[in-house]
Amino acid sequence: MGHGGDSKHEPSSKEQRRPRFGMTFDQQMIVSLIFAVIFVIFALFLPGFFTVGNLLTLMRTVAVLGILGLGMAVVVIGRGIDLSMIACLAVPAALVLSLAAKGYGVGGSLACGFGLAVAIGILNGVLVAYVEIPSLFTTLAVGIGIAGIGQSGLFEYDIIPWPTQLDSIGWIGRGSLFGIPYAVLAFIVATICIGIFLRRTRLGMFIYASGDSPSAARITGIPVRPMVVIQYVIAATVSTFAGLVLSASSNNMDTRIFNLTWIYDVILVVVLGGIGLSGGRGGVLNVVVGTLLIGTIVNGMTILDASFEVQNLIKGMVLLAALLLDSIVNPRNEETAQQGDI
Amino acid sequence: MISFKKMAFVGAMVASLAAGGIAHAQSSMDDPARADYYQDLKDKRVVFVPVFMGLDLTEGWSKLMAQQAQALGYKYEVRNSNFNTAAGAQTLTSLITEKPDVIVVQNPDVQSYAKLLARAEKAGIHVIQLNMKTNVLTTGFVGADVVSLAQTQAKAVADKCGAGTSGKVLILAGPPTSPFSAYMLKGYDNVLSANPAIKVVSVQSTGDYESAKAKSIAQVVLQQNPDLCGILGVWDNTDVGTAAALKEAGKTDQVFLSTSGGGGELACKGLQEGMWQHYVSYDVPGQGRDLNSLIVASMEDKNSVGSIKTILYTPLKVLTKDSVKNQSCWTLDTIH
Repeated sequence: MGHGGDSKHEPSSKEQRRPRFGMTFDQQMIVSLIFAVIFVIFALFLPGFFTVGNLLTLMRTVAVLGILGLGMAVVVIGRGIDLSMIACLAVPAALVLSLAAKGYGVGGSLACGFGLAVAIGILNGVLVAYVEIPSLFTTLAVGIGIAGIGQSGLFEYDIIPWPTQLDSIGWIGRGSLFGIPYAVLAFIVATICIGIFLRRTRLGMFIYASGDSPSAARITGIPVRPMVVIQYVIAATVSTFAGLVLSASSNNMDTRIFNLTWIYDVILVVVLGGIGLSGGRGGVLNVVVGTLLIGTIVNGMTILDASFEVQNLIKGMVLLAALLLDSIVNPRNEETAQQGDI
Repeated sequence: MISFKKMAFVGAMVASLAAGGIAHAQSSMDDPARADYYQDLKDKRVVFVPVFMGLDLTEGWSKLMAQQAQALGYKYEVRNSNFNTAAGAQTLTSLITEKPDVIVVQNPDVQSYAKLLARAEKAGIHVIQLNMKTNVLTTGFVGADVVSLAQTQAKAVADKCGAGTSGKVLILAGPPTSPFSAYMLKGYDNVLSANPAIKVVSVQSTGDYESAKAKSIAQVVLQQNPDLCGILGVWDNTDVGTAAALKEAGKTDQVFLSTSGGGGELACKGLQEGMWQHYVSYDVPGQGRDLNSLIVASMEDKNSVGSIKTILYTPLKVLTKDSVKNQSCWTLDTIH
């Protein structure tokens, strides 16, 4: 895997891969349609679903997932994947909580937490970009390592309560502004920031370019390796931000979430939304659509009082349906397939 | 005259010596059971296979088990399965070949480990199940009677949500197949079905006891049922999220939340801060002592493994805001 790093990146088609119809019928469109259909069905037939209060609750439920999806999107567009995001959500945020509880002050604790996040991001990035270990393995190992450090020594218990010392920043996950929960606002702000970064800054365009074709990007003079490091630092920082929103919201940080299946949910909203794992495609809107679809399904199922197993079954079937539709409408062939597809 | 004095003196001395001698003989008599007891326990091996370390419950039990092991000179070790049932099963499989004397196991669900535990007993290893029970009986079970625990919770909620209230109750369970879900729902049902005033609006799983999930479920249900009267929660750590949902909705005073747990510091904190109003504790320090007794009993047992099966349902304690004024909750530092 390590050698021949350049030869495996064949230049991909220079043409736009999407068919140039008036309206592209890509996965984002498919998922948007599925979302619209499910939403309308729930709104018509499920009493109590289509109310302002419930819709805000729906969005609040998936806000943290959406924020994580944004961080993951940056890495996936750059043709990587970050499986350490949940560890990076749990451990630095838990560090902030426990330092603040020990009286290190809000600023100092936050600095330590985000400092740890940046360090994790740099570690991931350097291992992927310079040591050239595939991102799948790098981030899996780093994630396990970070979670292990947290669980084995950093904290007394695996569930860390939100300390009263941090109540001054507790609003990021609690309460609401003009009726809109802060957690939802946090998601909106993160969406705008990442959106502007990806589409309006040179750095963002570089990420698309190097995700689409690393060797072509390198030839044109883009510093591909440092870009990769930046992607992982962004993902790690976004994760820690999501972790703070989550822990403020549920009043504790349960570091055991690393052992749960959250990371799959994050990949789910990214892929479901239509950001191809082969890189260079998609944007923040894909994440928003994917997140809203999951949120709608979970919310509707909870109102229907469906059992845990049935909820998982339906979630899985919707994902499968979306991917099936996509592969029927946009079949893969030599032209659309890229090196590095997972 | 003199000789009589002398004789009296000598007699007194002899009497006092004899008395002293007898007293000495009494204090030096050895307990005939002691030598065998310590000899039997020495160099034995006990392995704890928890669902997850790093929780107040497992850390508390483990500390007590380790202390007794040190005092009695047997080996004690922990094999953490880290919330991974497959890893736990693998640990048990390798333990069956390693043959420790006692395995203390916390079952993630009522089924997964059942066959392995039976195999371990057949291989001559005493298996003690701790607080989370499978459907097979082994050498011992130490832990809460979950059905009874749930009934205690349900009675408190039923009392609070009787006539004059909406009677609407939300049930937040654990993973579907865990003993703290399956048996708990049975206990809830025993009480609630006999109370026509109670209307269960929703029964939802909090996944792997996730507080974030408990919060979002509580928020959705509160949105649909603003007049919700009571919530039956599964575990204190999970219901931190439930309480956060109630607080955000401004319904802490309206909704009666009953939860349960090991009676650690979170129990007291939650009651004092009004996160929950009713708490059923299975009292980790008490359970630890019962568990230690059963460990010693099984190591002393000379019968074939599994011929004696002991169930110790540990006493439950109900904690309320008033009752915690007089009693304190344990922490890892105070537990011993």
